Amino acid sequence: MAKISLNVDGKSHSIDADGDMPLLYALRDDLGLRNPKFGCGLAQCGACTVLVDGEPVRSCITPVDSLADSKITTLAGLGHGKAHKIQEAFIAEEVPQCGYCLNGWLMTAAAFLEKTPKPNDAQIRDALSGIKCRCGTHVAILRAVKRAAMA
Amino acid sequence: MNIQVKDLQLNRRHLLSGTGALTVAIMLPGKKAQAAVFGAEKRPPLDPRNLSSYITINADGTVITYWGKMDMGQGTDLGCAQMVAEELDLPVEKVSVLQGDSGTSVNQGGASGSTGIQSGGVTLASAAAEARYQLVDMASKHLGVPAEDLTTVNGTVQSRKDPSKKVTYGELIGGRFFETQLEWNKQIGNGLFVKGKGVRKPVSEYKVIGTSPLRRDVPFKVLGTGDYVVDIKVPGMVHARVIHPPVAGAEPVSIDEASVKGIPGVQIVHEKAFLAVVAPREYDAVKAMRQLKVTWSDARPPFPGNAKLYDHIRNAPALAKDPGKDVGNIDATFAGAARVVEATYEWPFQSHASMGPACAVVEIKDGGATVWTGSQKPHFTGDGVANMLGLPKDNVRGIWVPGPGSYGRNDAGDAAADAALIAKKIGKPVRVIGMRADATGWDPKGPASVHKVRAALDKDGKVIGWDFGSKGFSRLDVNSNESAIYDTLAGQSIGVDLKPTNAFATPEESYNFSAKRKSWETIAPLLDRSSPLRGSHLRDPLGPQIHFASESFIDELAFAIGEDPVAFRLKHLSEPRDVAVVKAASEKAGWQPRTAARKQVSGDVARGQGIAYAQRTGTRVAIVAEVEVNLKTGKVWGRKVTVAHDCGVIINPKQLTHTIEGNVCQGLSRALWEEVKFDDKNVTSVDWETYPILDITEAPETVDVVLINMPNIAPSGAGEASMRPLAAAVANAIYDATGVRLRQAPFTPDRLKAGLA
Repeated sequence: MAKISLNVDGKSHSIDADGDMPLLYALRDDLGLRNPKFGCGLAQCGACTVLVDGEPVRSCITPVDSLADSKITTLAGLGHGKAHKIQEAFIAEEVPQCGYCLNGWLMTAAAFLEKTPKPNDAQIRDALSGIKCRCGTHVAILRAVKRAAMA
Repeated sequence: MNIQVKDLQLNRRHLLSGTGALTVAIMLPGKKAQAAVFGAEKRPPLDPRNLSSYITINADGTVITYWGKMDMGQGTDLGCAQMVAEELDLPVEKVSVLQGDSGTSVNQGGASGSTGIQSGGVTLASAAAEARYQLVDMASKHLGVPAEDLTTVNGTVQSRKDPSKKVTYGELIGGRFFETQLEWNKQIGNGLFVKGKGVRKPVSEYKVIGTSPLRRDVPFKVLGTGDYVVDIKVPGMVHARVIHPPVAGAEPVSIDEASVKGIPGVQIVHEKAFLAVVAPREYDAVKAMRQLKVTWSDARPPFPGNAKLYDHIRNAPALAKDPGKDVGNIDATFAGAARVVEATYEWPFQSHASMGPACAVVEIKDGGATVWTGSQKPHFTGDGVANMLGLPKDNVRGIWVPGPGSYGRNDAGDAAADAALIAKKIGKPVRVIGMRADATGWDPKGPASVHKVRAALDKDGKVIGWDFGSKGFSRLDVNSNESAIYDTLAGQSIGVDLKPTNAFATPEESYNFSAKRKSWETIAPLLDRSSPLRGSHLRDPLGPQIHFASESFIDELAFAIGEDPVAFRLKHLSEPRDVAVVKAASEKAGWQPRTAARKQVSGDVARGQGIAYAQRTGTRVAIVAEVEVNLKTGKVWGRKVTVAHDCGVIINPKQLTHTIEGNVCQGLSRALWEEVKFDDKNVTSVDWETYPILDITEAPETVDVVLINMPNIAPSGAGEASMRPLAAAVANAIYDATGVRLRQAPFTPDRLKAGLA
C-alpha cells in the first residue's frame, strides 16, 4: 500500500492503494465515481475509458501509480459542468439502450472529435473500432457522432 | 440545445415526482427507492386486485403507474406511460412509471418474451381505464352532473354541456389511494391481467399512442447521473468474487487459506462446490480470487469439444420429443413424391455476453432481505433469494436497477443467488460481480441445435410436403424465472435437487403446403449440474436458429424449382399480414427477382441480396439483407438491412424503430460472429477476443425500417421479432452473392473461405 495522488476532473485526491491497482478501482471504489464501468478488465471493450491528458485510456488496465503527473477526465468532468456536445448529440439521437457501454463511446468520440472535428463515416468507424456495444446501438452511435461533428 | 447537467437531474427528479404529496413519488430507481411504499403506510397492500397497485394520483394531478416489468432500454416504460396517459386523457409528461420493484409493483413477469407492451402495458392501460371510470364517478357526485354527461380533458373531469363545471383529478383523489377492486385473471407474471368497469378508449380517439415523446432514461445514461446496479452501495457491504472450477464439474478438495493471508479483511466462503472470496475493498476481493490456491477434484472432462458438437447432437438419444401436429398425411406424401429436397442446418451455443459481468447486492436485515439486481425478473429474483435464505417471499424485496444489458436469462440470476448465499454465510451485506470470464464463460447459453428439413415435390415441381425437425439442447436447463434455487449456479453448486425442463420449438409461419410436419427432440445436457453450457433463454429463444434453418431452406426450395425466393414466398404464404411484410420489405429494398444466385462480383467483393420472414407471437417481420462478401478475406458485411415490421398498433414509432435497429445489429453479430467454443474441459470463449461480436466498423451503412401500423390490432411484441429472420436473410444474401450455401452458423470468414475454396 502506498499513498497515491490522482487529479480527477480538476480535483486532487490522495488514496491508499497498491501501485499496481488499476485506476478503475480507484475511481469507482475509492472516489465513488460511477461513470467508468467494469466491462472486461482486459482493455477489450472500452466501458472503463477515461481521458488521461486528453487521450482515451482504458482505466481497467492502467496502474494507478502511473498517473501522478497526469490530468484524468471522467465523463462527469467532460463538459465542465455542462453537457458536452457529444452528450447533447447522444441525447438528441436517444442512443443508449442499456447504456452500460456508453461511457466508452462518449469518452473516445469526444477525444476523437477534438482532433478530427469534421470526420467522414469511415474515420468515425475506425476511431471507435474495438469499443463494444451489446444492445446493437451502433447505427444510432454513428448518427450521434455525426450530429456532434456538425454541432 | 444547451443542456445543463444540473437541470437535467432536476428534470428527471421532477418527472418522477410530480410535485405531489405521496412519499412514493420522489423515489428514484435503486437503493433510494428502498423507503418507497414501505414508508407509505396508507397505500393498500400490493394485491393484483387493487387498482392502487397500478395507478396513484398525486395532489397536483400527476400520475404514477407501477409496472411489474421494466424497460431494458427499448423505451417500453415510455410506451406504458403513453398508454396510461391515453386512457386518462393526460399529456404523457404527467405520467411517471415506477418499474421493476417488488416493493412498489405486482409481479407482471419482468422483461420477458417481448411482453412489455403486449401484456404489461395493456394491463396498465386497462387499470387506467378503470381509474378514469372511477374519477368520472367521483366527479359526478362532486359536481352533481350525471356520469354520462361528463368527459375527461387534460386531467380534468368536466361537464360536456357546461365546461365551467369541472374538477381536476388532483382535487378528486390526489394524495389518496383508489379503493377500487379489479377483476383479476388469477395469473402472476407475464399473463397477469386485470379489468374493471372502465372501457378502454376507441382507437379513433388516440392522441398519445402513436407519438414519439423523448425517452426518460436517456439523459441520466448519457450524462452518467444515475445508478446502475454496479453503483449500489449498502453500509457494511463487502465485495465478493465467486471462483469457478478450471474443469467444469470439478469441486474444491482443499483450499490453502494461507495463500490469501495478508489481504485485508479477506474471507473464504465454501460449501460443497461453491467457492467465493470476500473483502471490504473491491480490488482486494479480485486479488484474493487470483491468489487463492485451490486443489480441485479430478473431474472427468465433460464435453465433446465444439468440433464434435453437431455429431454429438445427431447421435445423442432424445430425452423428450414433440412430434407436432401433422397437416395432411406427411409420410404418404413423401413416399409418393417425385423428388425430395433436403438440407441440414447447424447453430452453435451462444452467450448472452452482456456488456459487463452480472452484479447483485443482497442485504439481510430485520428478518427480511433486499436484493438489488440487473435481472429482468426482479420479483422472481426476490423469490429466489427468499428460497436461498429460507425466508418468506413477502419478506424479500427484489429491486431492479439498470444493469449491463439483458436479453434473457443471463448471469444476473446467478449473481443474485451467489450474493444471497454469501450474505447468509458471512452475515454482512454482499456485492457480487464477476470478471469477464465469469460472464462469457459461465453465463447460461442459448442452446445449440441441428435442424433437418425436407420437402416433397410432385412431378410438376410443386411443393406438396414440408417436414421440419429440430434436435438440440433444451432452452430450459435453467428456467428464466430465477425463483427456484435449482435454477441457479449457486444452488446447483451446493447440491440442491435439479428440475430441468425440456423445451424446444418449431417455425412460426403460414406456408400453405398441403402436408406439413414440425417436430422437435431435446437431448440431455452435456453436464447436468453447474454447467457453463446450461441452456437458457437468449433473445428470441430458439427463434434465430430455427428460422435460420426454415427460411434458408425456403430459399433453397425456391431455387430448386426455379422460382424467385420472394415470388415463392408470396405464392405460399396464407396470411395477409405475412404477405404484406414480405411485399413491403422486398419493395422497399428494390428486390431484384432471380431464380439462381446472381454472383455480382466486382474486384474482390461479391454483392448479394436475401430475404427471410417469420412470425413471432403475433408479430410479423420480413427482412431483406444486402451483403458484401470479400472473396479474399471471407469477411461478410451486412451493408444494408431493410425490415418490414407489423406488431399491431404502434405505441411509439421512434422507439420501435430503435428497437428494430438494435435487433438488426445484435442479430448480425450472432449470425456473423458468435459461437461459444469449448474443449473437453470447459468453455474457452471467455472474453471479447475469444467470443467476438459485431464491431462498429461492421455495422450496416443503412437500416431501413418500414413500420406497418395496424390500429385495430392489439400490440404484440417487438423486442425480439426482428432478430428472428435475420440470420436466414444474411445466409440467403451470401448465397446470392457467392453461390455458397452456408448451413452452419455463424458465417465467419473461415466458413466463407472454406465454402469458396
